[in-house]
Amino acid sequence: MAFLTYIEAISKGMWEEMERDSSVFLLGEDIGEFGGAFKATQGFLQHFGEDRVIDTVLAESAILGASVGAALAGMKPVAEMQFSDFVTCGFNQLVNNAATTHYRWNIPVPMVVRLPSGAGIHGGPFHSRNPEAWFFHQPGLKIVVPSTPYDAKGLIKAAIRDPNPVLYFEHKRLYRHVKGEVPDDDYVVEIGKADVKREGTDISVITYGGTTHQTLEAAELLRQENDMSVEVLDLRSLVPLDKDAILSSVRKTGKVLIVHEDNLTGGIGAEVAALIAEFAFQNLDAPIKRLAALDTPTPYSPTSEEFFLPNKEKIVNALKELARY
Amino acid sequence: MATVLSMKEKTKEARKPRWSDLGLSSARLVDFYKRMLLIRRFEERAAQEYGKSKIGGFCHLYIGQEAVGVGAIEALREDDYIFSAYRDHGHALARGMDPKGIMAELFGKVTGCSKGMGGSMHMFDASKNFMGGYGIVGGHVPLAAGTAFGTKYLGKDSVTLCFFGEAAANQGVFHETLNLAALWKLPVVFVCENNRYGMGTAVERAHAVWDIYQKASAYDMARGWFDGMDVIESYRAVKEAVDRARTSSEPTMLEARTYRFRGHSMSDPIHGHYRTKEEVEEQKKSDPIPRFAEELLRGGILTQTAVDDMEAEIKAVVNEAVEFADQSPEPPAEFLHENVYV
Ligand SMILES: Cc1ncc(C[n+]2csc(CCOP(=O)(O)OP(=O)(O)O)c2C)c(N)n1
Ligand SMILES: [Mg+2]
Repeated sequence: MAFLTYIEAISKGMWEEMERDSSVFLLGEDIGEFGGAFKATQGFLQHFGEDRVIDTVLAESAILGASVGAALAGMKPVAEMQFSDFVTCGFNQLVNNAATTHYRWNIPVPMVVRLPSGAGIHGGPFHSRNPEAWFFHQPGLKIVVPSTPYDAKGLIKAAIRDPNPVLYFEHKRLYRHVKGEVPDDDYVVEIGKADVKREGTDISVITYGGTTHQTLEAAELLRQENDMSVEVLDLRSLVPLDKDAILSSVRKTGKVLIVHEDNLTGGIGAEVAALIAEFAFQNLDAPIKRLAALDTPTPYSPTSEEFFLPNKEKIVNALKELARY
Repeated sequence: MATVLSMKEKTKEARKPRWSDLGLSSARLVDFYKRMLLIRRFEERAAQEYGKSKIGGFCHLYIGQEAVGVGAIEALREDDYIFSAYRDHGHALARGMDPKGIMAELFGKVTGCSKGMGGSMHMFDASKNFMGGYGIVGGHVPLAAGTAFGTKYLGKDSVTLCFFGEAAANQGVFHETLNLAALWKLPVVFVCENNRYGMGTAVERAHAVWDIYQKASAYDMARGWFDGMDVIESYRAVKEAVDRARTSSEPTMLEARTYRFRGHSMSDPIHGHYRTKEEVEEQKKSDPIPRFAEELLRGGILTQTAVDDMEAEIKAVVNEAVEFADQSPEPPAEFLHENVYV
């Protein structure tokens, strides 16, 4: 057992998979000599060599398209987008080529795309996105969003072994701020399984990624100050979505708040809310509530960014409101 | 018939300064110098303010490359358009944007040129036809073709100048745009600032063709390179391209050979695995600012007293910008929603 940061856990998972399977290789901008913009691949070039740790040119479309091709040829590429925002430049390769190949031709595309995402670091409009919803809408892509070091390692390993294209969203703010126990052994976290990060009976919060931690803090605060019992369900995978876990939590508590850092409209929360309304309507004691970033681009100004993003206080207020209903 | 020059005429000819064919007055030359110095001092101060956490996020300094931006922008008219990428403070200052608005933007204040919503990578001033400031590498290049198309369509004789780094020339959209500009004969000048690295990746490791300007040969576009550490060469090359764009509506692709003295961004080291300290020190010997100062001093165009006065004046301008930024208010919360739609 080791005590690792979130980013160390991601690195560890990749490292283990590269040791295990020689068809796994990494490619991306500045991942080799520079060690990656966030240093997730520091030391990889020295250990695995430049055939398996490939510094690419600055061309996201080529990186992603070449990954699809390499996967078709039997390789297991792990491509890094330096920031998830830049995946915009390679959109076609993911939504048309990667996502539909198995459907059209019955051949797998075992590739992983790592996407450092999220705001709260004053990155401004082009370096703060949470673009998971764009891909959530596209059948054929799996999407995972780990929130803890344990899940981060288990999910990157599962993603690399998965025969489908998997988008792996990692929150930049968690990289060095979140630490946790990570087993040394070769475990995976099954893709498609949500995780109850905190048991509770009064209200369910359904969340994932960065906001999981703010939600857990809010839940703890409400226990101490208001004796409220909040259940926190961390989705961990968005595709496939763990519908059973969502519905059973809601059936237990009868009240639900959905929280994510991506902006509200058309976000993952909308789909989760629709599912609950469709399949657990009878169990609801209050209207479904959603909390997300505002429907604007991400502002640079730190005070504006704070106002823009969901945070612990906003979650606490939303939960109190739900409790009063 | 060739003219035969007398000895006296020959000496006179040889003594002519190298800019004599450019029609630049002494005052203009001093101005070139002053603008480069302003950029340098402004950014040195910005780096300090970043260290004090007055500036946050991602901040890319232009230090080392000032001669490119100043020479190129001096070759433009006020009604010409400029596009920059994320290393944009220098371009904004060279265009004559208010240092106060730029510093306030870096500070994330409502008085910033993008109202504090953009930060370092998003400088903008419509009144100066300074069209930004973009954080997606290469993403802005087609926009320059767009303004060039627009001005041509509207019968104006404005030219568009587009800056980008050499790594941006590896994006597909760069090639799409060059083809379009050549095909449509657009009045646009592409200025690729080749500072030898895209973040930590050297040109030799990222480009199949190392002469970046030659990428334009595939589109049969006028092209060339110049010494980007020399403000006069920068002006000369860009002026010629701008004139061609204005008079015959033809695009040009120029490669400025330059060097960045600082790390890729404020959060990156100056040197690391990808380049040595010795290399950086060696390059600093061709620092465009002292190099030009010496030349102007030698030519009697500038005096040491004038240089000292200029330093003092610029220091005051930068101080004023910092004070303004520091004292300006934060953007109000309601402001966020205000500009999402027209
Ligand atoms: C589409 C996209 N991919 C990657 C990045 C991350 N990134 C920012 S600058 C940069 C290097 C760009 O180098 P170059 O174009 O040479 O400009 P320079 O930084 O040298 O001025 C990279 C990889 C980005 N901002 N946008
Ligand atoms: Mg460069």
